[in-house]
Amino acid sequence: MLHGFFLNKENDELASDKVYPSSKAAIADIPDGATILLGGFGGAGIPENLLVAMADHPAHDLTVVTNHAGFGERGLAVLLRQGKVRKIICSYAFHRSAFVFRELYLEGKIELEQLPQGTMAERIRAAGAGVSAFYTPTGVGTQAAEGKETRTINGREAVLEYPLPGDVAVIKAHRADAMGNLVYRGTAANFNPVMATAAPLTIAEVEEIVEPGVIAPESVHTPSIYVQRVVRGEDLGLRSET
Amino acid sequence: MASDPKLESCALKPADIARRVAAELPGGAVVNLGIGIPTLVGNYVDAGRGVLFMAENGIIGAGPRPEEGREDKDYINASREPITTLPGASVFGHAESFAMIRGGHIDIAIMGALQVSAQGDLANWTVPGLGKGGIGGAMDLAAGAREVYAIMTHTMKDGGLKLLEDCSYPLTAKKVVTKLFTDIAFIEITPDGPLLREVAEGLTAEDVQAVSEPKLITDGSPGVLPREESP
Repeated sequence: MLHGFFLNKENDELASDKVYPSSKAAIADIPDGATILLGGFGGAGIPENLLVAMADHPAHDLTVVTNHAGFGERGLAVLLRQGKVRKIICSYAFHRSAFVFRELYLEGKIELEQLPQGTMAERIRAAGAGVSAFYTPTGVGTQAAEGKETRTINGREAVLEYPLPGDVAVIKAHRADAMGNLVYRGTAANFNPVMATAAPLTIAEVEEIVEPGVIAPESVHTPSIYVQRVVRGEDLGLRSET
Repeated sequence: MASDPKLESCALKPADIARRVAAELPGGAVVNLGIGIPTLVGNYVDAGRGVLFMAENGIIGAGPRPEEGREDKDYINASREPITTLPGASVFGHAESFAMIRGGHIDIAIMGALQVSAQGDLANWTVPGLGKGGIGGAMDLAAGAREVYAIMTHTMKDGGLKLLEDCSYPLTAKKVVTKLFTDIAFIEITPDGPLLREVAEGLTAEDVQAVSEPKLITDGSPGVLPREESP
């Protein structure tokens, strides 16, 4: 472990306090009723180890904001089966691989709010960036705009959308330094960087933790102040079943 | 293509449709490919034309599928399939990706369609009924891309019409489709209505009109949609 190598005169081990010894420890205080921003798209950028830990954790009545309503029998699907999730907010609900969610939904055991993917990303961005609300032409004249205020701006009709913050962001990055700076790899960034900005507690699972300074400042994708906890996780082989 | 044996025998195969769509892309265009036949379009665009393909999960410059065993879990397209990257590619997160899409930086979105209306309304994310389909990036792409090329079979398997006065399925976006490519026709959606540009070899404008709800406009006699022998 990296505890103690980055010292601060005011507060010893200040930075490395972000590095947690296990996924279990990193998620231990997620409360009942929390709104979780969960990163990942397809099989890329999913915090698999944190999801496994959450399956062993009693927190329930959760709202999960994530791109798709789980796939197969693992990862998010385990929490769904356990009945820990009250509501899913996602962009793609009924992919054929999301059969666990679909079954619960048709039985009336889980709520759904389905959003255009870009509207979801922008609502999360707005939450992290202090934007009170925004108008977008996406969704005008569709079910996604039902019950929402619209307004014509510069001759184009647009829908009013509000920020979508979380209580906890549970994300995956490729690499972190002990201060919480994050780097993503390939298309595994997806929702992870924007979600990191939109919750007071961001927990990042990473493949590698390095000392501060190893990641060059201009290479940082998510600056450290957005990240409160970092934990190293193994590749558990969770992949989307297309 | 449906029930009618004449239409069926003249209908284009998916590869032919993809080839025709590819030929329509302007050089240098930034293009998003939806799932289904749209993913085939990339196979028919010569690299020399400078067309850039973006996928909404955060990549510009996606290359072909890697060889078996060379897949990288961190490199996938929006259809969740493994990809490689081409020289000059870039990757980014969802906030950036959809800012690109919604900000008008994507020239053409090529999307599969379930129904298209005479005004260019697009329905492609779900069918009526509970627990079906998903929005994904379709509404953002349809509203944000400068042009939308829609691809569909001209009719349903049971012969039901899909080019309609008004869509009956839930909409993805209104008045967005600029060009419609089907297995029997290439139709441009104009302010005056659907303009029949090309018809599959062996068919006439009347044959296409017979399986289209809105009145099709013609400008002289329509061209022939090329069909190749290869599958």
